[in-house]
Amino acid sequence: MAQSAGTLKGAAKQEAPPVAQTRPEWAAIEADPDFQALVAAKRRFIVPATIFFVVYYFALLILVGYFPNFVDIRVIGNINLAYLFALSEFIMAWVIAWLYVRQANRWDMMAAKLVAKVKGGKS
Amino acid sequence: MNLTLVMFLVIVAITLVITYWASRRTHTAKEFYAAGRSISAFQNGIAVGGDYMSAASFLGIAGLIAFNGYDGFMYSVGWLVAYLTVLLIVAEPLRNVGKYTMADVLAYRLGHPSVRSIAAISTLTVSLFYMIAQMVGAGSLIKLLIPQISTEAAIIGVGVLMIVYVVFGGMLATTWVQIIKAVLLMLGTIFLSIMVLAQFGFSFTTFFDAIAKVTGSYCLTGAVTNGACADGTAPIVKNFTQPGILYHGLWGPLDLISLGLALILGTAGLPHILMRFYTVPTAKAARTSVVWAMIIIGSFYIMTTFLGFGAATLVGKANIPNTNLAAPLLAQRLGGDLFLAFIAAVAFATILAVVAGLTIAASSAFAHDLWLMVIKKGREDEREQVQVARITSLVVGALAIILGIVLKNANVAFLVGLAFAVAASANLPAIVLSIFWRRFNTQGVITGMITGLVASVGLILISPTFMGASAPFPLTNPGIVSIPLGFLGAYLGTVLTPADQKAEALFGEMDVRANTGLGAEV
Repeated sequence: MAQSAGTLKGAAKQEAPPVAQTRPEWAAIEADPDFQALVAAKRRFIVPATIFFVVYYFALLILVGYFPNFVDIRVIGNINLAYLFALSEFIMAWVIAWLYVRQANRWDMMAAKLVAKVKGGKS
Repeated sequence: MNLTLVMFLVIVAITLVITYWASRRTHTAKEFYAAGRSISAFQNGIAVGGDYMSAASFLGIAGLIAFNGYDGFMYSVGWLVAYLTVLLIVAEPLRNVGKYTMADVLAYRLGHPSVRSIAAISTLTVSLFYMIAQMVGAGSLIKLLIPQISTEAAIIGVGVLMIVYVVFGGMLATTWVQIIKAVLLMLGTIFLSIMVLAQFGFSFTTFFDAIAKVTGSYCLTGAVTNGACADGTAPIVKNFTQPGILYHGLWGPLDLISLGLALILGTAGLPHILMRFYTVPTAKAARTSVVWAMIIIGSFYIMTTFLGFGAATLVGKANIPNTNLAAPLLAQRLGGDLFLAFIAAVAFATILAVVAGLTIAASSAFAHDLWLMVIKKGREDEREQVQVARITSLVVGALAIILGIVLKNANVAFLVGLAFAVAASANLPAIVLSIFWRRFNTQGVITGMITGLVASVGLILISPTFMGASAPFPLTNPGIVSIPLGFLGAYLGTVLTPADQKAEALFGEMDVRANTGLGAEV
């Protein structure tokens, strides 16, 4: 492995080799309120974000498929609502991805704290 | 000598040098399947783009838009939005829980050999259909661009190259072939887009005025023949900015929705895309690479409108003999033979990168899942495993060449549609349920994947794509029926069989790993 590797998480490093000698107490971590809070925080973002993008995406397909004359409303010159709505899907996807990454950086900190607590308690 | 051929040879030479370099860094299974998990998030993001943007998207969508106007753009939208499913639901848990393949995630709790076997079979099915589609496309494309090369020779050439990349250079060579291809494809597309817009004085309204002058016609039932419909009515005429030329009538809109469903759920079940997330060091890097991929893929698909509408307005449908030639002919119209040769070479690189990714995904499903885990029960040393993986790549590649030649007249759209439908109907329900549903058991995986596989293949066989206008199933895309059936099969298979205490006990462990990265493969 001569190539440059990204930063390895300290947590994962202690686990190698994969045939772990000291397996973490999975059940204890699962029951930990900090873990529950992490999972709940993720769910609070991921579930509504998924519902939103699915609805927004199929709204385009339903309008284009069943109401082609409505989406043919001309907005600027010959550029119609159908094209602008389709373009907005790209913006929507990028914005949700950006929001997700912002949230996920917070989850990373929550997870790192939890991992540090678990590791600290063991050794 | 033919200019296009020279460009092809340059690309072949560059990729072979990379393969030689990569071969000296590929010894262990981790290096072969996952490039030693040494790829950076940015590099992997570009490589995901290179793995994903196939000839079907570059040449196919440009052609669909050039011939059908707005409706062709619907593919572009779905192919980007699909990455939200990958980002929000699949990528990070997959990286945290698995090792090399999609089956690793399913088998984490459900250790029964049948789970790995069915996942491997599904992976092989999806990869092979997708690969044959690319090979057939490559054959006809190269024949059109360089008439001296026969379809068979083109398929063999592409097949031999992909085998060389994968057998010798493993995932590292595959990754760099994909990165180079993505860069070339983006450069080519940006140049073409700028040249198209320059023709309209960089004014979008002028461009759209020209698009609105191009028209297409269709009948509510059946095709337009000699300017009239079968039922005696006059065809409906629409201009290219208006939706409806492709999706109209009784079933058209539902077909569009069904296509959309298969696109946004199928992408997250494509084994060659999922495998890329094992090449980065952490789940965070996997996440970042999806975002880079979305930036590249999104920009590319927005530009397909310039390629497609550009070909429609500047070249004209009447002058394009084959939908796949819309983009190359546009390049020729705007930049002459040199630019045509460059765009043809980009298309060639595009095909090579995608088939290499598919070959390694298929060979890992066989060597890692079936051979090592099922037949050898996990007992084998590194050397042997890499040997088996290399031999498998050779066999898979040879099989793809033979099938590509036998099926050289097959409908490419049918094969790609099948791959997406199987990925969405068989793979995705199993992946999602095994990550989120504690009760999910071995029987659920088996019934879910078999139902999804049989429903998607079966419905395509009785669809208009295969049987024409008299087909018993009215939709060309089976997703809207086969995806719910896949989920239903998985659900019923689980609740009608006894709970698996051991698997449920492991759910907590898997959930902790998926969410914290604790114990993830490094």
